[in-house]
Amino acid sequence: MSIWIDKNTKVLVQGITGAVGAFHTKQMLEYGTKIVGGVTPGKAGSRVEGVPVFNTVADAVKATGANATVIYVPPAFAADAICEAVDAGIGITVCITEGVPILDMVKVKRYMEGKKTRLIGPNCPGVITPGECKIGIMPGYIHKPGTVGIVSRSGTLTYEAVHQVTMLGMGQSTCVGIGGDPVNGTNFIDVLSAFQNDPKTESVILIGEIGGTAEEEAAAFVKSKMNKPVVGFVAGQTAPKGKRMGHAGAIISGGKGTAAEKIEAFKAAGISVSEAPSDLGITLAKRLGKKVH
Amino acid sequence: MNIHEYQAKAVLAKYGVAVPKAKVADTPAEAEAIAKEIGTAVVIKAQIHAGGRGKGGGVKLARTPDEAREFAKQIIGMNLVTHQTGPKGKRVKRVIVEQAGQIKKELYLGMVIDRAVSRVVMMASTEGGMEIETVAARTPEKILKEHVDPAVGLMPFQARKLAFGLNIPPELVGKAVKLMTGLYNAFVDTDCSLAEINPLVITEGGDVMALDAKMNFDGNGLFRHKDIQAMRDFDEEDPTETEASKYDITYISLDGNIGCMVNGAGLAMAAMDMIKMSGGSPANFLDVGGGASTEQVTNAFRLILSDPKVKAILVNIFGGIMRCDVIAEGVVLAVKTLGLKVPLVVRLEGTNVERGKEILAASKLNIIAASDMKDAAIKSVAAAGQAK
Repeated sequence: MSIWIDKNTKVLVQGITGAVGAFHTKQMLEYGTKIVGGVTPGKAGSRVEGVPVFNTVADAVKATGANATVIYVPPAFAADAICEAVDAGIGITVCITEGVPILDMVKVKRYMEGKKTRLIGPNCPGVITPGECKIGIMPGYIHKPGTVGIVSRSGTLTYEAVHQVTMLGMGQSTCVGIGGDPVNGTNFIDVLSAFQNDPKTESVILIGEIGGTAEEEAAAFVKSKMNKPVVGFVAGQTAPKGKRMGHAGAIISGGKGTAAEKIEAFKAAGISVSEAPSDLGITLAKRLGKKVH
Repeated sequence: MNIHEYQAKAVLAKYGVAVPKAKVADTPAEAEAIAKEIGTAVVIKAQIHAGGRGKGGGVKLARTPDEAREFAKQIIGMNLVTHQTGPKGKRVKRVIVEQAGQIKKELYLGMVIDRAVSRVVMMASTEGGMEIETVAARTPEKILKEHVDPAVGLMPFQARKLAFGLNIPPELVGKAVKLMTGLYNAFVDTDCSLAEINPLVITEGGDVMALDAKMNFDGNGLFRHKDIQAMRDFDEEDPTETEASKYDITYISLDGNIGCMVNGAGLAMAAMDMIKMSGGSPANFLDVGGGASTEQVTNAFRLILSDPKVKAILVNIFGGIMRCDVIAEGVVLAVKTLGLKVPLVVRLEGTNVERGKEILAASKLNIIAASDMKDAAIKSVAAAGQAK
C-alpha cells in the first residue's frame, strides 16, 4: 500500500519531446515507472525512449488507459496542460514546471472545482512510492520502500529528509512534494489525510517553510484528525521579512507567515519539531523509540 | 517587481481609476512649471519604492509655483529614510507634482491573492491612510472582504457591497464601483500580486479617487507584460540581486559574513538556519537552481565573492537532477578563475557524489570537506571566525 501511485499506475508525460521531458522520461523508465505515453501537439506517431507520442491527452488516455500524468512544459503553457489533463479525466496530475503565473493557477483551481483530478504542484519535485513508481524529478536511488510518509513544500529539503530516513535503515511509503507556489493543487492536509488513511504509512515527516498559513492549518489537522506520529521542520527561521525566498510562496508579508509562528503551531499540535534540518531522521527515530547510535 | 506611485497611477488610470491631475518632475524648474500649469495648490511627493514618505519629509504641500520649486529642490536628491527603506534610506530621483484637493474622507482599498482559498480578494476599510496590517491586527472587523470568482470577475454587486459598507454616500457609489472594477481589471490584466489604493479619497467636489497607489507584480507573469517590465527601476534594487537575476540565480543580500551557495530554495533557507544555529550569520540567500551548469556555478561564486563582508563560503548541494560532479567542476573552475581568499567549505550529497568529491580532491584546492549540513555549518562558522 501507499498513497495515490503504485506499481500499476500508468503515466503520461506532457511535454515529452522537450529536453527536460525526454531526460526525465528516461529516468522514470529506469526507475521502473510505467510510462505508457507522451503528449506533444503535432508530434503524434513519433516515439521518445520507445514511448509513443500523442497529439492530445484525450488521445493518449484512449489509447493507453493512462490514469496519471506529469507535466514538463514551459510556464506559459502549464495552465493549459493541467486543464487538458483534467478534461481528459486523469486522476493524478503532477506539474513540475516552475514559474507558472499565480493568476493562471487561480483560474486552474476554479476550473478544477468539482472535477475528480488531483493536481500536485506546480513547482514541485513530484511524488514517489519507492520501489514502485516515481513521477517527477527526484533522484530515485536515495529512496527505500518503507513506512514513513514524507510531505514537503521544498524539493531538495525533501531529498535531505529521504536520505536521512534511508540512512537510518527506515524507508518511505510515499513522498509528496506539494511545491513552493502560493496557489497549488494539493495542500498539506490532503496529503496528511491520505497518510492517516494508508495502512502502510506508520509515521510522517512534514516539512514546511515561511509564508502563508498552510503549516498552521496542517498542525490543526494533525492535532484533531491524526493518531500517527508526525515529525516536522520549518525552513526560513533566519529569512528577512518581505523578501521572496526563491519560492514564490516563501515570503513573510505583513509580519505574517514567520517560521516561529509555524514552529509554535507544530509544537502545540504534538508534532516533534526538528530544530535542525540535519536532525529530521534522528528526531523521527527518537519519536518512534528506535535506538540511534 | 515593484513600481513607483506615478507609474501605478498611470496603469490604474488606463483602467478607469480616477486619479488627481499630476505630472512627474525630475528638476525643481519642471516642478514649478507643472504647478503653474495645474494652477492650484499642489502636493510634491518623493518617488521611491517605500511607504511612510510623508513622515520622512518626502511629501510637502506647495501653495504657489515658487513653493513647488523650493520643495522640489529640497526633496529631489535627498536621502529619504522611512520605516520601509531601512536605515540607509533611498535617494530621491524625481517627484510627482499633484493637484491638492479638499479631502472629505480617507478610505483604504486593496487587492491580494488569498492563498488560503486560491482566489483574488478585494479588501476595503474605513481606516484610510493606516497600514492594512495594523488595521488587521487591531480591528480586523473593520476590514471588508470580497473574494472574486475568476470565471466572472469582480461583480458590480460585490463592489456595491464594499462601497455601502464603507458608508460612501449613495450618489457616489456608482463612481466607487467604477473605480473598484478598474482596480480589479488592472490587477488581473497585469498579473499583480498586490495592488493598494491608500488612501482612497472622497473629495469635497464629489470625486472618488486614488490619492496614492502601489502595485507589485508576480515575477512569474512578467514575461507577458513588456510594458510593465519597462517600468522596472534598477536604482531601487540591490545591484547584486539584479545581477543574479540575469543568470536565473535567486540571490538575496543579508547582513552576515558567510556566503552561501545552495541548490533549492528550501534547502538554501535551511542552510541559513543551520549557520545561525551554529552561531554564525549568513551573508546571503543563494539558490543556484535545479539544473545549474558549470557556468552558472561560476557566476554564483562571482556574486558571493563580490560581497566584501564574506569571510567564508559554504556550498551545500543535494544533487538530484543537479549532478555533484557538475557542481564540483564549477567550483574548481570558479576558484581558479576568480581566486579565493576566504575559506571554502563544501558539502556534497546525492547524484554522482563520489565523482564530485574526486574532482574536488584532485584539484588540490584548499577546500574544507563537510560530511553533512550540520558539519558544514559548524565548519564554516569556525572558518569565518578565524578569518576575522
